[in-house]
Amino acid sequence: MATSTPVRHAWRALTALLVITAVLFGINALGVYVFKGSSWTPELALDLQGGTQIILEAQTADGTAPTSEQLDQAVTIIRQRVDASGVGEADVTTEGGKNIVVQIPGQADEETRQRIEAAAQLQLRAVLYAGAPATTFVGEDGEETPYPTPDPTLNSTPTASPTNGSDPAWITDALYAEYLAYDCTDPANDPASAPEDEPLITCDADNTVKYILGPVELDGTSITDASAGLEQTSGQWVVNIKFDDAGTKTFGKISERLYGAEAPLNQFAFVLDGSVLSAPSMNAIILGGNPSISGSFTQETAQALGDQLKYGALPLSFEVVSSDTISATLGSQQLQIGLIAGLIGLVLVAIYSLISYRALGFVIIASLAVMGILTYVMLCILGWRLGFRLSLAGVAGLIVTIGFTADSFIVYFERIRDELRDGKSITGAVEDGWGRAKRTIYISKSINILAAVVLYILADATVKGFAFTLGLTTALDILIFILFTHPVMQLLARTRFFGSGHPLSGLDPTALGAVYRGRAQFRAPSAAAPKTAAERRNAKSRGEAERRQTIAERKQAALAATDAPKPGSKTQEGED
Amino acid sequence: MRSMSQLGNDLYTGKTSFPFVGRRRLWFLIAALLVIGSVLVPLVRPIQFSIEFTGGSQFTVSSLSNPDQALATEAVQSVVPDAHTKVTTVGDSAVRVQTDQMSPDDTQAVTAALADIYGVDESEVTSSFIGPSWGADVTRQSLWGLAIFLALTFLILALYFRTWKMSAAAIIGVVDVLIITIGIYALCGFEISPAAVIGFLTILAYSLYDTTVVFDKIRENTQEDGEVSGRTFGESVNLAVNQTLIRSINTTVVAILPVGAILFIGAFALGAQTLSDISLSIFVGIIVAAYSTLFVAAPLYSLFRENEPGLAERDARILAARERAIAPA
Repeated sequence: MATSTPVRHAWRALTALLVITAVLFGINALGVYVFKGSSWTPELALDLQGGTQIILEAQTADGTAPTSEQLDQAVTIIRQRVDASGVGEADVTTEGGKNIVVQIPGQADEETRQRIEAAAQLQLRAVLYAGAPATTFVGEDGEETPYPTPDPTLNSTPTASPTNGSDPAWITDALYAEYLAYDCTDPANDPASAPEDEPLITCDADNTVKYILGPVELDGTSITDASAGLEQTSGQWVVNIKFDDAGTKTFGKISERLYGAEAPLNQFAFVLDGSVLSAPSMNAIILGGNPSISGSFTQETAQALGDQLKYGALPLSFEVVSSDTISATLGSQQLQIGLIAGLIGLVLVAIYSLISYRALGFVIIASLAVMGILTYVMLCILGWRLGFRLSLAGVAGLIVTIGFTADSFIVYFERIRDELRDGKSITGAVEDGWGRAKRTIYISKSINILAAVVLYILADATVKGFAFTLGLTTALDILIFILFTHPVMQLLARTRFFGSGHPLSGLDPTALGAVYRGRAQFRAPSAAAPKTAAERRNAKSRGEAERRQTIAERKQAALAATDAPKPGSKTQEGED
Repeated sequence: MRSMSQLGNDLYTGKTSFPFVGRRRLWFLIAALLVIGSVLVPLVRPIQFSIEFTGGSQFTVSSLSNPDQALATEAVQSVVPDAHTKVTTVGDSAVRVQTDQMSPDDTQAVTAALADIYGVDESEVTSSFIGPSWGADVTRQSLWGLAIFLALTFLILALYFRTWKMSAAAIIGVVDVLIITIGIYALCGFEISPAAVIGFLTILAYSLYDTTVVFDKIRENTQEDGEVSGRTFGESVNLAVNQTLIRSINTTVVAILPVGAILFIGAFALGAQTLSDISLSIFVGIIVAAYSTLFVAAPLYSLFRENEPGLAERDARILAARERAIAPA
């Protein structure tokens, strides 16, 4: 059987759509089963699954707007704090150049809140004692025994009054017992809020070393700059620090004290949020205020530490601008409401399409179904790859776009009907209507996508969710229009039911008043489907030039009809 | 009564024609009155802004069998004696309490007090705190988005249609939609919330989209008219609008059905404030957008173009020819 070009084209397009769908499902399947990062349900935003959202505004001490580096640093700091509080799956992002959005599943307790809101504090403390982060010891019986909880009767005031920040007299019996039992990974231990004038038990960021540190001797405000650099002689990466005047003096004294002391008393710790960033030992007396930290740094680690010292040094404080707690019950209820609304909307659109376009309504319904499937799998993939979370506004966006999507089909079908009114064959009308409708769809949908992109870039989080779904569905709409609706119409136009313009098909030329006569001279009247392949090709090959002529004729016919409607004339062709 | 497809046929051939362009003075007058009215409404009835804009704290207690409003006031005042409280019942099993801005400690205490007084678990109490700068930020960013979007759209449409006059007509039409929608919103006393702002932005996108579809048909009709056409420019525009009328009606209906479903469900369902806020503004906006495209944007375009020397000359020629054709008869 000879297959005409439009039919071949149609099958090719449908195959392409099938391939795209399969690939998308394949990608998500990979995400679910191989990378274990995705799932078969879209990620839900806080307002649908319940949880706490806190929006903080970062403020610098002098009231200037924080730079993007400071903000990034602030996000890192806050992320570490949230992780340290033992809350899983927290989401910390920046927004609009000065806000930090923290999203936590479930209800945030007061401690977590305070921890998040606390100002970033970089402290410099001398090391009194350092060791492995073990909380157990191997006793005489050869078994591993946890250190006991410190006995409250143990001596907790220094026997001799400590003379400086490195004085071992700080370590009382109680403190030492506490140190032994201290578990670095226990979120209940919160060294960030420890008092400044007392010794501190804490660990480094990786929990590989456990420290007892002296009281705070300098804080981050005394550091004016910190940067990574290459040491001239050794060619190693180091972190260079610059102190201000007061800091230079204090640090000079500290270095005199620490230099040559016995390890670990010669170490000096940089503590951010209670966690030790670095505890280098003092290798010289530094009076110029420009110490550098050397060690086994790579360029990256040196830069990271430099940033932490520099921005952690800036006393960024955080003010809560909005805080939301949504109960999980309310969240799931909202989702349910959204889904019911969407379903009702779909059913209504389906009913209206069937009334208005008869059997063609099924094409709209099928297109919307394909749309639904593709949107769903895209949401799963985007949730996995980009961390996209569906919010209530996003759900609203999806429902609203049902109507917007159906519009592209309406534009197309009305165009086909227009072509039929001009007396074209159904196959011809499907092709020519497509040629015209697609231009309209491309330009109008680009406006929609533009709107979505602009909104997405400029708007805040709530609007972003909506803009994203709007943009995504519009793009998918165009894809489906090209790869599904049009090919399906090409194929349907060749069936008996649609091709012959059955009254229920929605393409009945008689009902559409295929008015006009003047065209017969160009080709055979063809209300019925062309019967030979040659005819079909002919119908297809009518190009742009001829179409132009058609329009001029149509105008005349239209005018003729206005002047004197001729009863009966319009059915002339349909009955042939 | 004629069937829809029969009406479609008649509109297509021009047998039936609504004078969108012909009676444009009347339409412009109506549009002007609507716009002036919309601008005046807030003077009589100030626009209500939600607490996202004014700042404040909000609590929602859900899963209640007996949502007694008095209990809520009592609970709030037990914590902060002189707090202004506004209590509303949402659906039939929830209460929403809005108060002045509260400190985190007070928020915690009020949450506990509400849970206690209503005898529900604390997890059923939703709280939010919004600083007054929050809503202002949202608005400022939305306005920026709006301005940039309109500017880009103006450019793209001007490039596509090869005339800035179409862009101008489309943008004026959209601004018209926005003003009237906000006017209706204010008139009904609905609160403007960030969700409503999203709705307004959507309407913009939708309205421009709708106008573009109709304008594309106008472009087709007027560009291809050439010298031999028997229609004046205004008549061509009018025919195009009439030819796309069925599409405009169908689109509006299909777009409004799902939005109506959200609105209907959102209005009756508890706590789905975001849904009803978004859908309400879109619902009103879609209707206004359809009206504006037909009665404002398209007639405006014909007004802008008609006086171009080339077009005016051709129109005069066509009218003269028509006179001659009628005279002998």
